[in-house]
Amino acid sequence: MDFSLNEVQMMLADSIEKFIANEYDFDARQKHSGSELGYSEEVWKTFAELGWTAVPFSEEDGGFDGGPVDMMVVMERLGRGLVVEPYLANVVLAGGILRRGGNSTQKSEWLSPLISGKLQATLAFAEPQARYDIANIATTAVRDGQSFVINGSKGYVLNGGNAELLIIPARTSGSQSDERGITLFGIAADTAGVSIQSYDTIDGQRAAEIQLTNVSLTAASVIGEVDGGFQTLQSTIADATFAVSAEAVGIMNVLTEKTIAYTKSRFQFGVPISSFQALQHRMVEMYVACEQSRAIMMWAAMAVTEGGETSAHAVHSLKYQIGIAGTRVGEEAVQIYGGMGMTWEMDVAHYFKRLTAITLMFGNADWHLDRLAGSATP
Amino acid sequence: MNVTFTTAENEFRSEVRKYFKEEFPQDVLEKQRKAIPLTREDTVRWHKNIYRKGWAAPSWPVEYGGTGWSSVQKYIFADEQARASAPAFLPFGISMVGPIIYTFGNDEQKKRFLPDILEFNTWWCQGYSEPGAGSDLASLKLRADLEGDHYVLNGTKTWTTLGQYADWIFCLARTNSDVARRQEGISFVLVNMKQPGVSVKPIVLLDGEHEVNEIHFDNVQVPVKNLVGEEGKGWTYGKVLLQHERATITGVANLKYMLSRLCSLCAKSIKGAEPLSDDRTFMRKVAAAKVEFKALEYTELRTLASVASGKAPGPESSILKIVGTELRQRIDSLYLEASGYYALPYVRDQYDSTYPEEDRVGEGSETNAALVYFNDRKVSIYGGSNEIQRNIIAKHVLGL
Repeated sequence: MDFSLNEVQMMLADSIEKFIANEYDFDARQKHSGSELGYSEEVWKTFAELGWTAVPFSEEDGGFDGGPVDMMVVMERLGRGLVVEPYLANVVLAGGILRRGGNSTQKSEWLSPLISGKLQATLAFAEPQARYDIANIATTAVRDGQSFVINGSKGYVLNGGNAELLIIPARTSGSQSDERGITLFGIAADTAGVSIQSYDTIDGQRAAEIQLTNVSLTAASVIGEVDGGFQTLQSTIADATFAVSAEAVGIMNVLTEKTIAYTKSRFQFGVPISSFQALQHRMVEMYVACEQSRAIMMWAAMAVTEGGETSAHAVHSLKYQIGIAGTRVGEEAVQIYGGMGMTWEMDVAHYFKRLTAITLMFGNADWHLDRLAGSATP
Repeated sequence: MNVTFTTAENEFRSEVRKYFKEEFPQDVLEKQRKAIPLTREDTVRWHKNIYRKGWAAPSWPVEYGGTGWSSVQKYIFADEQARASAPAFLPFGISMVGPIIYTFGNDEQKKRFLPDILEFNTWWCQGYSEPGAGSDLASLKLRADLEGDHYVLNGTKTWTTLGQYADWIFCLARTNSDVARRQEGISFVLVNMKQPGVSVKPIVLLDGEHEVNEIHFDNVQVPVKNLVGEEGKGWTYGKVLLQHERATITGVANLKYMLSRLCSLCAKSIKGAEPLSDDRTFMRKVAAAKVEFKALEYTELRTLASVASGKAPGPESSILKIVGTELRQRIDSLYLEASGYYALPYVRDQYDSTYPEEDRVGEGSETNAALVYFNDRKVSIYGGSNEIQRNIIAKHVLGL
């Protein structure tokens, strides 16, 4: 039994922590977030140079051969730094599809430049009518001789405005919510018929609504098998669910630490407000929420490493936990900061907003709890 | 990062499992499964059984009769103990006064008391709380006045669990009232209850059970040789004991099997009713409790791994009492809901195998769900109420 990180994981953790401490303070984050691109190209280059974009990929694919524990290490720290660079969209989502389903041509054309930070990519996992059901795909891809013609719309495409490569799940057969009949396509964003409406999101990031109108593609765009893309999609979304949960654990810890520190420096009635029991107990609950979430995250990291049925169960449990505990910690931080927590100027407010976005991503607490309630796994 | 057990640890698990299946008194397990209170005789018998096995004191040093188990072995033992529905060790001797005696007592006291604790020849109870001293324990008033080679005790202890069965009581008593801090002037004394001046009055709890007592001391003579450690230092010793107490009342292992029994109950159709496993609203509550349990289990495992690698338990261990007891109460309330109307008959012995089958009211519940629910309200109150625990975490972990 061992809950410690190995040497490589500790080095990874250390390098990210140093970068955040030295080069990514809150002002820098706000600057990157508010820039035209919505993130810093220079920072992204650094991520690639330091090998962070290579973490989940096999050595054969030019990666670091990291597993869920390594991903946990990265994401928790990106959470702590409130990093806006599109790690999730590129590395976890698009990268997750490509490493699982991509053929050698696709890997050299797309995955290699993604890892080296030269290609921006994303996965369009959501459709407006589907809420959190990733199998609910109304976008169609109809075979026309040697090519496919795609029509439909995708919502909340992370990094959608900057991505040069869009990975689009589309229905090639079956009815709207069937798992079978989903095919994954890699599409250049500048392909005719692709229209992209980019927008800011509440958490200082960017997403896009994407319309696909008679987009014509060759069979070379198909990632994996025709009709058989669901498994790859599902595993990748499970990875992403785990990843944002780890990010949330980082954020929750920062919020709790900052709240504690703030109450010690804020004086009312002549004493620091940290001396009030009403606030102390609330902060203890924040701490408990952080520790409970960390425990589930560690269980999930190990369960996902092992694979099998427990793996899915653990990820549902984790995202449920994050949904409940994250909301609690975020709301409590703002409450205890009082009016200051309401201001744009304070970093806590922005941590709270990112945490809130995460609670809704890839299924909210109720959605995951419902999956757990319907299964018999202990 | 992994939570796998070694081959030796797995073999140990098999050995413990076999013991509970083959050597441990099976009638005691049966009563436990149905939440029927154990008699004094039951409790003494199973403790003596485990003593004969050599496992009476997993946490004691080997020189005093401990098992010498690693922290992982202790965890496995507790897990198997709960899995078998075996009762937890009665804490007063083994977990509470024993460690105080071998840590702070003299050689004569160790020789005199430890073997009988180990073999369960002496039933101990705890004299901490008083009518005016609950969470504010330092305000205790039981007086111990030195007269020659005796202390003379006057005052009252309360909430004394199973004091009606006890032979001895360990007390925090005030030997000096003229002190700067209330925590000073308190001494730790061992008192034989079978003597004039000690009277035990039952307190019946809301579940109708006589579990706790009020103990009155009226000029009770206690020889000075029964003082543990230094006079006036009892508070320091007592605090150590409270840490032991908090560690034992979390009962993480037990919660796992409470949850699994709850799930079995949900899967059954009772008296033609639809099984609760078809009720999504209820099953969502069960699922939420399971997630919370998993978090608690991994928090405990983290603590265990830290101790096993020679480090002190991290601050995360401080949350175990709060989370463990509140989850226990939630599971109890799920049992209550699962039992429906048949949580309501107040027929305490009807799940005992000796109870006449034809007189049994309903079959809707398999345990005294309501009585367990009511009785377990205590777990967030005793051992330092959960509010006191939050104060402790606020001060010592968060530095507030």
